[in-house]
Amino acid sequence: MPGALSSFRICDFTGQLAGAGATKWLASFGAEIIRIEDPVREGRWDILRGTPPFIDDRRGIDLGGAFNNHNTDKLGITLNLRDEKAKEILAELVRVSDVVSENFAKGVLEKWGFGYNQLKAIKPDIVYVSNCGFGHVGPYSDFRTWGPIVQAVSGLTFSSGLPGLEPAGWGYSFMDHTGAYYMAMAIMLALLHRQKTGEGQWVDLACTESALTLHGPALLDWTINANPMRREGSPHSNRNQWPPMAPHGIYPTLGNDEWVAIACRNKTDWDALCSVIQRPWLTDKVFATLEDRLNHQDALDQHLSDWTKDQTKYEIETALQNVRVPVAAVLTPEERIDRDPATGSFGLWPTVQHREMGEVRVDGQPVHFSKTDWEMTHGAPCLSEHTMDVLTRVLGYSEDDVIQLASEGVI
Amino acid sequence: MTALSGLRVVELANERIAFAGKLMADMGADLILAEPPGGDPSRDYPPFLDNKPGPDRSLYWWHYHTSKRAIALDLEDPDGAKTFRKLIATTDVLIEAEPRDRLSKLQLDYPTLSEIKPDLIHIAVTTHGRKDPRSDLPATDLTIMATSGPPWSCGYDDHSLPPIRGPLQGYQTAAHFAYMSALTALLYRGVSGEGQFIDVSMTAASNVSTEAATYSWLVAQKTVQRQTGRHASVSPSGETQQLCADGRYANTGVPPRFPHEFTALYDWLKSLGLEQELPEAVFLEMGAEWQGPFDLSLIGQDDAITAIFGAGRAALQLIASSVSAQDFFLGCQRAGLAAGAVNSPEEAFEDEHFKARGFHTHVHHEDIDRTITYPGAPYRFEKTPWSIRRPAPKLGEHTAEVLAELDP
Repeated sequence: MPGALSSFRICDFTGQLAGAGATKWLASFGAEIIRIEDPVREGRWDILRGTPPFIDDRRGIDLGGAFNNHNTDKLGITLNLRDEKAKEILAELVRVSDVVSENFAKGVLEKWGFGYNQLKAIKPDIVYVSNCGFGHVGPYSDFRTWGPIVQAVSGLTFSSGLPGLEPAGWGYSFMDHTGAYYMAMAIMLALLHRQKTGEGQWVDLACTESALTLHGPALLDWTINANPMRREGSPHSNRNQWPPMAPHGIYPTLGNDEWVAIACRNKTDWDALCSVIQRPWLTDKVFATLEDRLNHQDALDQHLSDWTKDQTKYEIETALQNVRVPVAAVLTPEERIDRDPATGSFGLWPTVQHREMGEVRVDGQPVHFSKTDWEMTHGAPCLSEHTMDVLTRVLGYSEDDVIQLASEGVI
Repeated sequence: MTALSGLRVVELANERIAFAGKLMADMGADLILAEPPGGDPSRDYPPFLDNKPGPDRSLYWWHYHTSKRAIALDLEDPDGAKTFRKLIATTDVLIEAEPRDRLSKLQLDYPTLSEIKPDLIHIAVTTHGRKDPRSDLPATDLTIMATSGPPWSCGYDDHSLPPIRGPLQGYQTAAHFAYMSALTALLYRGVSGEGQFIDVSMTAASNVSTEAATYSWLVAQKTVQRQTGRHASVSPSGETQQLCADGRYANTGVPPRFPHEFTALYDWLKSLGLEQELPEAVFLEMGAEWQGPFDLSLIGQDDAITAIFGAGRAALQLIASSVSAQDFFLGCQRAGLAAGAVNSPEEAFEDEHFKARGFHTHVHHEDIDRTITYPGAPYRFEKTPWSIRRPAPKLGEHTAEVLAELDP
């Protein structure tokens, strides 16, 4: 079956999650992703290559679980770009590619002789998408970031927390995932423009800037009303501002570190919640209207926690689902992956075959296409796994040529 | 000419997909927002212009509906349905987040619409996907996130405090996937001429966006635990968030690992006159003179590496507590260390870097004769720039205009 993106070839320098996540999307829809790595450093620029989690505690440069997760169905080749012959091979590859993608620090590709102007000289309609923390333009363009730094600088860490406490932030690199999504969008938007006009272009993606667009109306509340998020009692991110809801939060349930999320959007939800709880405090006039409940949220949350803490999260989830109140147990990784039938039946955790790791489950895509659905079958490439294939099939070298190049340290 | 110009997108108004529509509209799609005659409820969400509620004053609406045109359309009414069919005949992408059976009951589902427009791309966004009856249960951004992973990983070292969700991101993560799906299907249509139906699950979207929480389980059946201001982890990790002298926090990032980083950090410490306050300063000098690989996997085993690495972290914490968060950020970055100030959104917005990149976007609102500053582009295209072409539409503002286009 042809994939939605089978007609595209990407010359891919991305790594880590912020870059690799972008080309993972394209690969799962059939684009040919040719991932280029440095044979001298064994591709260690992408630190995930050799870091945990590991299958059966087997360690090694080809055995990183995160690397496998983010690089499914990509081809992996090595080019020693210190060598002029390797640069010639790269130029040949650019000439037959639609896109060059990278998430190095600013200036790295340029230093190797493959900056945007040089890429354009090789292939006039090339799409070039660079992705780094602060972008290639602006006073901080030489600064370095990784996911948590992007989140800190852009306001996302701050916006996740409880009043009177330090920021809770994100317990993972939310902006590596999301930066990758913006990079995938950028690549596809530029390809759509090229499909229409024949014209390539450069997209300068700064993850911090993408992150700054994710605050919803908070920034308009600042520019127009001068209402800052840094103020007494704010943020209180388990509560809802837009629209206001009360109760709205995450409450303790029976068990160790077990929680349930409950939200009442309106009077109907509140009445339904009351019909399940049936305790005297519900009729207290301080909780009569939404405005009252918003004004007494601390007391409301205390009462609700007293009710939730003696039941399991699933009991509460079922009871409130039955009366159609928005509710959800806070699920652990095991629960959402292996016990929630929805994710399994959606096909969200496909098993791929990795040359060294064997069969491994990975993150799938949260969508299904009726005609050209995504597919994941192969794990991440081992170092240089496809050098022979790409150089012979795509660039027309003979097997002997490739063996010779390897002996010369070019690949 | 912009990347999506010439493409018509119809969005059936729903707060869950408003952001996906904005992303397409700001890249040039002719986005027609179809609302029921009474208007979408989110027209009344706070915050409000000048803090005063009222019609067309919702900044929530303003933010999520830039560059769109709005028509009032009652799909339950035969005339409304007829107009919708006519509109679909001119449409490239339909995006909706309706209850699963609503459009089929109205005979406006994909099988019907694709007869009218064979190459239509129809994107249906639900909480759990088209096949799961739970998609018809009520849900909010909070409950969607709770069931799909993010809060499990976000919060504090003290687990008597509740897990935290980052507001809005359940909706927005799903919107990113809806948008990526639209672009993917458009590229395929460009090659094949074919449209298709796309099923987007909001809970699945967050489920595959939680990094190590997921693959620690998938690969090694290990469970991460949340920690204050840093990655949830299978084993506890060192703190990275530090209170600075101005009462703000900084993220101290990864401590130095290379001689030039130790040198820069030690020089900075001395320039602040703080070297006497750091008993471990001598280990920074050792780090600066380190020969050969500095193998982090030997921390805890090799005394010298352990002491040097610990001294780097201690020096960062000492400096952070002695200067402002912004000075800490700038000082670290100039020393080549990836660290950051924990900015509030407004502090980030006012930072000189984003101003210099042109992130502040000025949009004139004719009706109130004011120019409003909006957050700008998530990406900078050389040839097909992002732009806000008009402020969010009033209810039915473009009904007559669009109807006239359909019946010229």
